[in-house]
Amino acid sequence: MSISRKILIFGGLGLAIWGMGYGIWYAVFIEHQTLDGLGTALATGFMRAAENRAAESAAALADAASRSFVYVRQVDAHGHWIGLGLLLLILGIAFDRVGFGQRMRTYLAAALLAGSVMFPLGVLLETWNRGTGPQAVAVIGSALVILGLSGTAWGFARRNS
Amino acid sequence: MSTHEGAIGSGASIAQTTERFAPRSARRIFVIGGIGLILCGMILGDIFAAFILHPNANRIGENLLAATRAVAAHDPRAAGAAFQNIGGLLENRGTKVDAHSHMIGFGYIALLVALLQPYVAFSESVKKFLAKLFLLGAMLLPVGVFLIHYVGMAGSPFAAIGWASVFGDFGGFLVWVVCLCELAGLVKYFRARPAVRASDDFHSDRSWAARTLLSGGTVLVLIGFLHGSYYAGAHLFTYEAKDSELLSVMTTQAAAGDSAAALQAVADYGQLQGAKAVNVAAHAHVIEFGVLAILLAFFQPYVFLSEKWRRIWVVMLLIGSLMLPVFVLLELQWGLLAGGLADVGGLLVIVALFAMLVGIWRYTGKLDSSVGVA
Repeated sequence: MSISRKILIFGGLGLAIWGMGYGIWYAVFIEHQTLDGLGTALATGFMRAAENRAAESAAALADAASRSFVYVRQVDAHGHWIGLGLLLLILGIAFDRVGFGQRMRTYLAAALLAGSVMFPLGVLLETWNRGTGPQAVAVIGSALVILGLSGTAWGFARRNS
Repeated sequence: MSTHEGAIGSGASIAQTTERFAPRSARRIFVIGGIGLILCGMILGDIFAAFILHPNANRIGENLLAATRAVAAHDPRAAGAAFQNIGGLLENRGTKVDAHSHMIGFGYIALLVALLQPYVAFSESVKKFLAKLFLLGAMLLPVGVFLIHYVGMAGSPFAAIGWASVFGDFGGFLVWVVCLCELAGLVKYFRARPAVRASDDFHSDRSWAARTLLSGGTVLVLIGFLHGSYYAGAHLFTYEAKDSELLSVMTTQAAAGDSAAALQAVADYGQLQGAKAVNVAAHAHVIEFGVLAILLAFFQPYVFLSEKWRRIWVVMLLIGSLMLPVFVLLELQWGLLAGGLADVGGLLVIVALFAMLVGIWRYTGKLDSSVGVA
């Protein structure tokens, strides 16, 4: 088996298992509590507004927005790690049909794997740090995936694939 | 060319087929179970979209409106009650979406693991056990998640997790364990360094159908990624800020007695949720269909249909795969017309997938008494 295929198949399977493990841990220990907290914060925001307690209402709604921000990214990271892992695995099976030399295929495989790890990681890091650092990690990761995928699609379309 | 010759025109001999794709083999269980899971997940998704999603969204809007009116009437209990209802409706919606997406996701994993079976260094009986365990977990999770809304916390000893959720999580755990075992089997195979490596017709097919699915699927995935990147870069953060801002406007304006502004905020909030939903759904579906097309490319030699019909199902699958996300995205502008066309796209994918499943099923010999097919 070529290096590029090994990178994609083992990397993809590892990433999918990691994503599933994270998902199970998240579903058991975090998700229900997060959703309960989100619902409570929203309800509190409206109830305090009805009692004319504007400051408390605003604080509760801000808390709900913050919880929603975190929830969306935690679910996104879980879904994208597994989805990208499966995609790598599938592409790995067919990667010998990409019509480039072995070195180029290895670069493409490495870009796909690095991007697939980095993109959801950057999204997840946004829950701890809302600065530009995690966003940059996510953007670079997604750019690597798009680059790798474009190269792969081009390689599949080449006549000598 | 006879149907049979056409069906195995890519070079798979009957002997090879029998050996690698035998009835009740682990690979066959994974393939048929996987396509079955994908079909069930898609049909559930269609039913969910038609009968639950839109009525549910309307009820959430009505309750949000009720909560805003309760704020204007300075009635905190009514506001709390409205949010209690919204929580229930969101749980109903969320669990249906989860059941739909996990069923399809597990179907993809089953097809993938089927492809890897020749490289998993376990005995056939162990492989079959793992295949059945996988399918058990893959059914248990979506069924458990689907039931969460109906079972609730009845009889549960836990603070926040009901029995349906426990069984659903256990199903996910089973799938996870099987994936780990398959990975161990792969490692064992490559460590053993067998003198003769397993060759597989699944990986070498160069037929028109396989090539079209492979390149078409990769393009669909690429389109999905580009759309996702555009959405994340251009809209995600602004939509989140707008979401928070509209909730704030609803409460402050209602409390101040400006009902018109508060009701406008509720209407805008509904539009915003719609915009978010169609973008996320289009992104997810075009990638999922792309992955499905790539996966199905590998199984084309074993779709026991004539070349003409194989091509028809391939084209139908790709058209449906593009139609559904495009018209989902247009739902905000075109309304029900776009929704209907998106459903037609989904139906095309389901029909094509079902036809391919029948083609693969025919390879078992259950429908064909011998090598030839009438």
